[in-house]
Amino acid sequence: MWAFIKQREGLWLFFRSPAVMIAAIVALIIGFCALFAPWIAPIDPYDLASFSLMDGLLPPVWEEFGNERFLLGTDDQGRDMISSILYGARLSLIIGISAMAIATVLGVGLGLAAGYFGGRFDAIVMRIADIQLALPAILTALLIDGIARGLLPNDMQQDLRVIVLTLAIALSLWVNFARTARASTFVQMNKEYVQAAVMQGQHPLRVMFVHILPNILGPLLVIMTVDLASAILLEATLSFLGIGLPADSPSLGTLIRIGMQFLLSGEWWILWMPTLFLVALVVSINVLGDFLRDVFNPRLR
Amino acid sequence: MLRVENLTVKFPSRFGDVTAVEDMSLAIKPGEIHGLVGESGAGKSTVGAAIIGLLQKPGYVAAGTLKLGDTDLRKLDRFAAHQLRGKRISMIFQDPQTSLNPLMRIEDQLVETILSHEDIPLKDAQKRAVDLLEEMGIENAAARMQSYPHQFSGGMRQRVVIALALCTNPELIIADEPTTALDVAVQSQVLELIRRLADNRKIGFMLITHDIGVIAQIADAVTVMRHGKLIENGATAQVLGQPKHPYTQQLMAAVPPLDRKIARFAVPDDEDGLKATSGDAAERWLLAGEKEAPIGLRLEKITVAFPGTRTSLWRKPDPFTALDDVTFDVRPGTVMGIVGESGSGKSTLAKTLTGLIKPTSGTMVLGDAPLPGGKARSRHHPSRQLIQMVFQDPFSSLNSRHKIGAILAEPLWLYGLVTDKDARRTLCAEMLNLVGMAPEAIDKYPHQFSGGQRQRIAVARALLARPKVLICDEPTSALDVSIQAQLLNLLKDLQAAFGLTVIFISHNLSVVRQMADDVVVLRGGRIQEYGASEQIYAQPQADYTKRLLELTPVMPQEWQGQQLSL
Amino acid sequence: MAYFIAKRLVQSVFVMLAVAFLAFSLFRFVGDPVTQMTGVETSVADQERLREELGLNDPFALQFARFTGDMLQGDFGFSYRTRQPVAEMIATRIPATLELGIVALLISLFVGIPAGVYTALRPRGITTQTILMATLVGVSIPTFVIGIMLIFFFGVQLGWLPTFGRGGTVNVGGWETSFLTIDGWRALILPAITLGVYQLTLTMRLVRAEMMEVMQSDYIRFATARGVPMRRLYFKHALSNTMVPVITIIGLQFGGVIAFSIVTESVFQWPGMGLLFLESIRFVDIPVMGVYLVVIAFFFVLVNLIVDLLYVAIDPRLRIRDVS
Repeated sequence: MWAFIKQREGLWLFFRSPAVMIAAIVALIIGFCALFAPWIAPIDPYDLASFSLMDGLLPPVWEEFGNERFLLGTDDQGRDMISSILYGARLSLIIGISAMAIATVLGVGLGLAAGYFGGRFDAIVMRIADIQLALPAILTALLIDGIARGLLPNDMQQDLRVIVLTLAIALSLWVNFARTARASTFVQMNKEYVQAAVMQGQHPLRVMFVHILPNILGPLLVIMTVDLASAILLEATLSFLGIGLPADSPSLGTLIRIGMQFLLSGEWWILWMPTLFLVALVVSINVLGDFLRDVFNPRLR
Repeated sequence: MLRVENLTVKFPSRFGDVTAVEDMSLAIKPGEIHGLVGESGAGKSTVGAAIIGLLQKPGYVAAGTLKLGDTDLRKLDRFAAHQLRGKRISMIFQDPQTSLNPLMRIEDQLVETILSHEDIPLKDAQKRAVDLLEEMGIENAAARMQSYPHQFSGGMRQRVVIALALCTNPELIIADEPTTALDVAVQSQVLELIRRLADNRKIGFMLITHDIGVIAQIADAVTVMRHGKLIENGATAQVLGQPKHPYTQQLMAAVPPLDRKIARFAVPDDEDGLKATSGDAAERWLLAGEKEAPIGLRLEKITVAFPGTRTSLWRKPDPFTALDDVTFDVRPGTVMGIVGESGSGKSTLAKTLTGLIKPTSGTMVLGDAPLPGGKARSRHHPSRQLIQMVFQDPFSSLNSRHKIGAILAEPLWLYGLVTDKDARRTLCAEMLNLVGMAPEAIDKYPHQFSGGQRQRIAVARALLARPKVLICDEPTSALDVSIQAQLLNLLKDLQAAFGLTVIFISHNLSVVRQMADDVVVLRGGRIQEYGASEQIYAQPQADYTKRLLELTPVMPQEWQGQQLSL
Repeated sequence: MAYFIAKRLVQSVFVMLAVAFLAFSLFRFVGDPVTQMTGVETSVADQERLREELGLNDPFALQFARFTGDMLQGDFGFSYRTRQPVAEMIATRIPATLELGIVALLISLFVGIPAGVYTALRPRGITTQTILMATLVGVSIPTFVIGIMLIFFFGVQLGWLPTFGRGGTVNVGGWETSFLTIDGWRALILPAITLGVYQLTLTMRLVRAEMMEVMQSDYIRFATARGVPMRRLYFKHALSNTMVPVITIIGLQFGGVIAFSIVTESVFQWPGMGLLFLESIRFVDIPVMGVYLVVIAFFFVLVNLIVDLLYVAIDPRLRIRDVS
C-alpha cells in the first residue's frame, strides 16, 4: 500500500505533513458533528421547552459551579453551549457550502464560456466582473441583503433569511472562480488537444466540459477551499454585524455577537467557545487549501 | 584546462536516488570548442550545471573530480564558488529573451557584471562594455546600450548574452543550447562568433546541444552521452564520420542528410523491438475506406490578415499580414513539404487549412469541392473527417485526462464510422499495432508514454478518421533524432500504403527533403519558391532558398562514410 | 502609452456609470421614496403631487440623467432616516475611515512586504515556518474576532488603550484628524491593527509567491552564473521584478481595507463611513446606501487608476514600444 501512495504524488505529500493530516481530521470531525447535530446534541436549542432560565449562565464543567449536564456551560437563556455550537456550526456550514457551490457553478460556467468563446461574450463577462470587483465582498453581500429587506414583505423575511444570505454570499464570491476559470481556459485553448477536438468538429459544449474542464480543476479546487473559508467567515461577519442569522436560529457568528455582551462581565465561555470552534474550522479549511495549492504548483515547494 | 573525471550526479526523489550522470569524464583545452551531444535525458545540461555549481535544488555531486586549471571546484566553499562564476567560468542558456532582466538597461547589466569582479572606475567599465558590444557585431553600441532587452531582436539578444558572459574574460564558457531558439541565418552568425572568440581569445567552450549539424560545423572535439553515461569521445571528424560505438553509429544513421533523399532511415522500426503483428486488420479497414482515389488540395491567392494591436491613440494600427497571396497545388497522393522559419506563416497556413482561421481572401478547393474557411465551415462538413492533423507538441496534443482508448475512439463515433462499442475498441487496439505500439496502451494515460510514443498515438488518432489528407505540423520537432527517424519511416510507410495526401510542415530543411515530393518555401507569409522537391534542393532559384541551404549546418560529405540507405 | 491611459480612463468612467446605475436602480425600485418620506397620514392625492414634484413619473432615462447630474454637482439627496443631506453625513465621516484605512494599509505594507521577502529567500528556516503558520491563522480568524481579542487584552485586561470611539481629534480646515494628538493615536492603534492584520497576511503571501516564482526565472539563473553578488541579486534583480505584479494587487487591497473597515468600525464604534452604512442597512435608508456605493466605487476606481499609472512608470515594456 505504501507503494501505491508513493505513486500518487498528492497522496504521498499528504501523508508526509502532520499539520495537513491534523487539519483534515479536524475539518472532518467538525463537519461530521455539524451534519449530525440534531442527533448528537444533548438538547435542541430551538425548542423553547427544552431549556430554562434557571440553568442560565452556568460555567463549563471544570470550573466552580459547573454542571455535568452542560459540559461547556450555558448562556443567559439556559441553553447548553455544546448544542448551540453544534447547531450553529451546522447552519454556518450549510450556508457556507451552498454559497460556495452556487458560486462555483456560476463562476466556472461563465469563466469557461468566456475563455472558450472569447470576443464579445468574454468582454461582457469581464466588464460585469470588473464592476463587481469595485465593490468588495462584504459590500455586495450587505447590499443584496439590504435590497432583499426592502423588497420582501416583512413576514416572509425571517423564513427566507437563509436563502437571502446564501445568495448574497454566493454572488460576492463567483468572480474569483470566473476569473481563474477564464485564465486557465485561455491557457488550455492554446494547447493542441483542444485544437484537435475543435478541428475534428466536436460540439463546443463537449470541448468545454469533457476536454477542458478536467484540465483546469487544479486551481479551481484551491479556490473552492479558499472560498469555502471565505464564505463561512463572511456569514459569521454578517451575523456578527446583526444582518445575518437572528438569535433564535443562530449561526456561529450570531453566537459570537451574543457572547460579546458578556465580555466585560466575566462569563467568558459564552464568547470564546463558539469563537474557538469557528477559528478551528476555518483554520483547518485554510490549511487544506494551502496544501492543495502546493500540490498543484510544485515550483513553490 | 578543464578536467572532469568520473563525475556522478544524483537527484534524491521519493523513489530513492536517481542517477542523472554516471562516471563521466571529459577534458577541454584553452581555445577548444568541445561539443557535448546527446538526446533528451542524456544528462548533458546536468554536467554543465554541475561544473558551474548551479545544479537544480535537490541535485548533488555524488562523486568525481572537477578541476579548472589547478583549482579543485568541489573543494570551494559557497562564497569562493560564487566568486569563481563569471570570473573564470561563465554559462549561457537557450532562450535569450528570458535570460535578460527586463527591467534593467543593457548597459547597467554589463557594467554591473564587470564591477562585480573587478575594482575599476565606472568610466572604464562603461568603455569596456561598449567595446565588447561592438566586437559582438552590434553597431552604434554606445547608444543602443541604453535600451532595454525587449527592444532587441532575438539574434541581438543572444549576442548581448554572449557579451555578458565574456565581459569578465573567463577561461571557460558553458553554452547550453545557445542557438536552438534562433533562425538559421542568425544561428550561423552566432556560431561564427563563437568560433572567432575561441580562436582569438583562447576561451574554452563547452557546447551543449542535440543538433549534430551544429557540432559538425564548429566543434573541435565531441563527447557523446546517453542516459547519463559517456558513450564515445574524440575529434569531431572521427566521432561523427567513423563512429566506433553502436549507439553513435545509430545516431548518425538517424540524422537526415540535406544533400540527398534516402528512401528510409536505417534505424530499428519498432518501439522497444515490438513487431507489428495484427495491424493487418486495421490495414484492411483503412484500405476498405479507400474506394475513391486520393484527393488533392489547392489554394488560390490565400491571404490572412490580422488587425494590428492598438498602441497609439491617434493612428489606426497597421494590419499584420500572416499569409500573402499564397497559391499552390497539392497533387493527390503526394507529399507537399512546407518549409519556413519562425514567423514565416506556416502555422497560420495549417490553421487555415483546418478551419481554425478564416482567410481574409482567396479560395481553397478540396478534391473538386470548394473548402469553406473559418466559421463558414460547419461542424458537420465532410472536410472535418477528410482532413486530419498531427500536431507538433506530443505533450499537449493528447488530453492528459483521457485514456488512450477514449482519445482514439473519438473520431470513430464522431463520424459514425463504427457504431458498435466493442468493435471500436478492437479497431483502436489494432490501429495501435499498425503504428508500432502495444495494444495494451489502450487503457493507459498519455503521461505514461514517451514523446515518440505519443506521436505514434497521435498518428493513430488521425488515421482512425479514415482521412484523405493528413497535415503534419512540425511532427518531429520536439523529438530526439533517432525517434524522429522512426516516426518519419512510419509516416513514409503509411503514406505509401494508403495513398494519403500529406502536407508536411517543418523548419528543418533536411527533414523536409526526406519526406516531400513537392516543396513550398515560405517567408514572411509569401511564397519564395515552389516546385518539385529534388529540383529545388539541387538547384534553388530564389536567393532566400539559396541562403537557407548554404547556412544550414550539416555534416560535411567526406565524413559520411557510414551512411547506409536501404 | 497615451492610448493605454486613455483606454483605462474610459473603462473607469464606464465602471462608475454602471455603479451609478445600480445605485439609481436601488433608489427607484427598492421601497417607495414617497411612502418613506411621508408616512401614513398623507392623502393619496398629496402623495401623487409629491411624486410629480420629485419627478418620479418622468421617463427612466431622464431620471437617471438627472440623478447623475445631481451627483456630479455634489447633491446626493436626503436620508430617509435623519432627513439630513446625505452629502453632509458622508462628508463628516470620511476622514475617520480614510485615516483608519491609510494607517492599516501602511501597516500591511511595511510588515507584509519584508516578511514576504524573507520567507521567500529562506524557505526552510524555523522563522519562516513560524511566520507562515501565524499568517495561516491570521487569515482564518475573522476580523471582528481579532478586534474583540485586542479590545479584551489591551483594553480590558491591561487597560492601556481605549476600547471604542475616536478619542481626541483636531479639526484641520474642516477635516477632523486623529493624527495630531497622542490621544488620537492611542484610539487609532487597535482598530488599525485589526484592519491591517488581514491585509498583511494577504500581502505577505502574495509577495512570497511572486518572489519565489521570480527566483526561478532564467535571468536570475544567468545573473548567478555571472557571479553577481547574492545581495544585489536578491534586492536589485529579484525584488524589483517582484514588485511589478504586487503593485496592482495593492490597488485591490485598498478596496478590501475599505470593506473590512465596516466590521472594524462596528467592533470599535469608530465613527466612519462603514458604521454609517451599517446603520443605513438596518433602517433600509436607501439614499445613504446608494451614495455609499458610489463613493466607494469612486475611491476604488481612483486607486486602481493610480496603480495602473505606477505600473506603466515602472515597467519599461509598457512605456517603450518594441523596436524589433
